[in-house]
Amino acid sequence: MRVYADNAATTKLSPVAKQAMLPYFDEIYGNPSTLYTLGQEAAEHLLACRTEIANLIGAADPKEITFTSGGSEADNQAIVSAAMNGARKGKKHLISTKFEHHAVLHTLEKLKKQGFEVTLLDVHENGVVTVEDVAAAIREDTALVTIMFANNEIGTIQPIREIGALCREKGVTFHTDAVQAVGHVPVNVQEMNIDMLSVSAHKFHGPRGVGFLYAKKGIPLTNIIEGGAQERGKRAGTENTPAIAGMAAALREAVDNMDSNMEKVTKMREILINGLQTIPHSHLNGDRNKRVPGTVNFCFEGIEGESLLLMLDRRGISASSGSACTSGSLDPSHVLLALGLPHEVAHGSLRLSFNEYNTEEEMTYIVENVKEVVEYLRNMSPVWDELEKGERPHLI
Amino acid sequence: MALYSEKVMDHFEHPRNVGKMEDASGIGEVGNAKCGDIMRMYIKVENDIITDVKFNTFGCGSAIASSSMATEMIKGKPVSEALELSNKAVIEALDGLPVQKIHCSVLAEEAVKAAVKDYYDKNGIEYDHELFKEGNCEACHLD
Repeated sequence: MRVYADNAATTKLSPVAKQAMLPYFDEIYGNPSTLYTLGQEAAEHLLACRTEIANLIGAADPKEITFTSGGSEADNQAIVSAAMNGARKGKKHLISTKFEHHAVLHTLEKLKKQGFEVTLLDVHENGVVTVEDVAAAIREDTALVTIMFANNEIGTIQPIREIGALCREKGVTFHTDAVQAVGHVPVNVQEMNIDMLSVSAHKFHGPRGVGFLYAKKGIPLTNIIEGGAQERGKRAGTENTPAIAGMAAALREAVDNMDSNMEKVTKMREILINGLQTIPHSHLNGDRNKRVPGTVNFCFEGIEGESLLLMLDRRGISASSGSACTSGSLDPSHVLLALGLPHEVAHGSLRLSFNEYNTEEEMTYIVENVKEVVEYLRNMSPVWDELEKGERPHLI
Repeated sequence: MALYSEKVMDHFEHPRNVGKMEDASGIGEVGNAKCGDIMRMYIKVENDIITDVKFNTFGCGSAIASSSMATEMIKGKPVSEALELSNKAVIEALDGLPVQKIHCSVLAEEAVKAAVKDYYDKNGIEYDHELFKEGNCEACHLD
């Protein structure tokens, strides 16, 4: 059996999105910035996509949508824009969390070097930031609060609506990296008090290389890419019309089927969690309930994540890990460390991310194989040997 | 291109000499669980020949493959020859390792040396201490 369980990394393009993209390659191929009919036709379709997307996330106006190359660019632009807007009023304090995506953390790091002050909030053992923590961190000079909607490694959902309400009350711009949420759980920018929101198409069966930034009317954007006057002068570069059309179609499909998808995927998640929890000294990372339907992250004591992934790959399962060996650095995932997990436990992590394209049979297959592989690797592990003999204390 | 050579995958999937040894002449353990790599090497020495080797490894695919390869390379060899095993030789025998995995081969070399040192110590055999410089996990920046 072949099981793709790394949908938080990227997803398969939906056939509907693929069909929606095709006319833009050789029929509606005009540059939307041109005057002749072919170009204007493309411009009309572009506006239709923008309107569709605005409606799907509950935005008030299509002008609030800026198309980007993906989630990372949207995060960069949102944070830099809010920082610049704050700086103009003498506000140079930015608030975020310890377990954001690197697109957020590295942008904040860059701003820090430019004289901004950054507060990274704790995410507690359950991977959920509290509104009280945010309230306590907000100061007179706070320019921005940026907190992800759902975490990409462990899947926990943050109290976005409440944080948004708090920021509104305090007059602070609120941005959320919603890359892992949009298309999977209900997201409505107006109802949830969101000022800025980053989205990536390929996380909900859209194409790669495209995303968008929602910025509430009245929030000026700072260019990350300079050049032509596309996107109201805020993001240069000829619009990627096939990808944008694919994104709009994929999001429409995801939103239309959200209720049934959530039900189906949550059922699969329960099979997976219940099955993996039977493995001794395993640990579900992140809150048991406050999570997106399709992401599960476990740690297994006494083994290392990369060897676990390689063995699962040999059994047809594609998954991911937060171990140092897979991150290309010496430290295990900053997300798992932010939960307070010790290094030696974080090395043995496994992320499984799935969606409506997966099946319950696949979940059972994953559970069976993870059980076998964990046992095999533990039998080979000197760490497990010491744990079992009581020479080393069990940490989970 | 795949991350690992076929040789590495073969030794990872079918590791040679895995297990513990009850009557080992020497046991060496190197690495640190915090860094994500620990190797434990057992050797049995008879008449100065390494007649049996076993290993236990906690680590990534290349750490397991490096341990497995190292055990094959020293089995049946005189102790002095095992001491000459270099991480480079392990890498070559595995048809190469990705740059970020070189430290796994270093650990394999150090595990063999640690096992031999243990054997020497247990049997009161004199040796040049220069041969066994304090093995510090190069890849590790933690305490």
